[in-house]
Amino acid sequence: MINMDEQKNILEIKELKKKFGEREILKGINFSVNKGDVVCIIGPSGSGKSTLIRCINFLETPTSGEICYKGEDVLKKYKDLALYRTKVGMVFQQFNLFNNMTVLENCVVGQVKVLKKDHEAARQTAMKYLYYVGMADYINAKPNQLSGGQKQRVAIARAMALEPEILLLDEPTSALDSEMVGEVLNVMRELANAGLTMIVVTHEMAFAREVASKVVFIDQGVIAEEATPEIIFKNPSNPRTKEFLSRFNQNN
Amino acid sequence: MTTMPTTFFEWVFFLLQQYGGLFVKGAVVTLLLALIGTFVGCIIGFVVGIIQTIPVDPNTGTVKKSFYRCVRWLLDAYVEVFRGTPMIVQAMVVYYGSMSIFNIDMSAMFAGFLVVSINTGAYMAETVRGGINSIDPGQTEAATAIGMNHFQTMRSVIIPQALRNIMPQIGNNLIINIKDTSVLNVISVTELYFSSKSAAGVYYKYFEVFFITCVIYFVMTFTVSRFLRWVEGRMAGPRDYQLVTYDPMQDPCGHFPMPTRKEQD
Repeated sequence: MINMDEQKNILEIKELKKKFGEREILKGINFSVNKGDVVCIIGPSGSGKSTLIRCINFLETPTSGEICYKGEDVLKKYKDLALYRTKVGMVFQQFNLFNNMTVLENCVVGQVKVLKKDHEAARQTAMKYLYYVGMADYINAKPNQLSGGQKQRVAIARAMALEPEILLLDEPTSALDSEMVGEVLNVMRELANAGLTMIVVTHEMAFAREVASKVVFIDQGVIAEEATPEIIFKNPSNPRTKEFLSRFNQNN
Repeated sequence: MTTMPTTFFEWVFFLLQQYGGLFVKGAVVTLLLALIGTFVGCIIGFVVGIIQTIPVDPNTGTVKKSFYRCVRWLLDAYVEVFRGTPMIVQAMVVYYGSMSIFNIDMSAMFAGFLVVSINTGAYMAETVRGGINSIDPGQTEAATAIGMNHFQTMRSVIIPQALRNIMPQIGNNLIINIKDTSVLNVISVTELYFSSKSAAGVYYKYFEVFFITCVIYFVMTFTVSRFLRWVEGRMAGPRDYQLVTYDPMQDPCGHFPMPTRKEQD
């Protein structure tokens, strides 16, 4: 029985701390993610949400603490983080598509360079995900020829083309206007329904309430509350959570 | 016996007839020095720029860290020394120094290529560093996030974008090199200036000869300048794109058809 539980637990974060100089951004974060979970991280600006998600795939090096992937400490298991990073995809607020490449090349380059797939196989996989996010028609376009929502959908396809086990999304809709937010959220919703494990930093409370299996509320570098969306949105135990969500709950 | 020319233009035509071949040879040597020197200099610049931007993780070992620091210090020293001394002096030091210290008897021409290349390399190193810094850090982050290492990121993502940004500066370097290789006459490289001086000495017609030289230099730099503009325009790529429509039912196995050659361009 214990073994099965360990299998389900895909990512575990233990006592994660991150300092920038003297400023401590993360003050000991603990939480775990099960396979198939959609974890939404919410919280006020500057609370450390983005730093946390960037620490998970080591874009920021944690000051101390442990990140365990499938029960093993990542820093001990993977001498070269490249392999781990292909299993933990990342989508950025500012899309960060490679500006010198077409949409298709964006989704192919990682598979060819990092996973050493041959070009035709990489192209097939890329097309599969581009079709999935509804961008298959645009494979010849350059990123600067696309709208924000289109760029973000390509960015999701690029991350998915490496067929990761976990997808990290760092405020994927914050740079988009309200019309484009919808198209990106739809893609994310579909991925969640397909059973992909996702960790999403978001200000889209409606999305969190609808899709998340767990909501983590971060305030001033610590997890203030962690619960199912029903509890967080209807009946939060921490007064800080209640305060943060008061505006959202008023409108709904 | 033909009568000697009297007016300025008669002299110019006379000198062109007499020494046309000499001018052409000199111009070819100058152009070769500038082109090859700039090309090799660019390669040096890119290598130095890429090495200087290797990120050093705070968790790397002390040995590795101090190794990187040493390499960086050496490269900085190279840039400062070759940027901070005149090329005419470098030519003398390299040509005569190699002979007296290392006992290497290199030809003046080889010394010329060497000096132009490493001199340009020092300038290009700084240009490339600037070019790399000009690219949004998000590009590097995205490449890191899909598992690419520093060299893969540089080769596939950063350098192609940086190259476009620094093309005007590469053009500058090429044009400066066409003109400044004239200083190599001090080690008797037979480039355009050296050839002109030889031609001028025969009839003591310095103004007429250097008028011709002046025109040749300008034609070379102007041609190169226009050519580089054209290359820049090409690098920008097409401004629009073709939509490609796929019918997923076309192949029941879900394979996407290969785009035709035209679609890829």
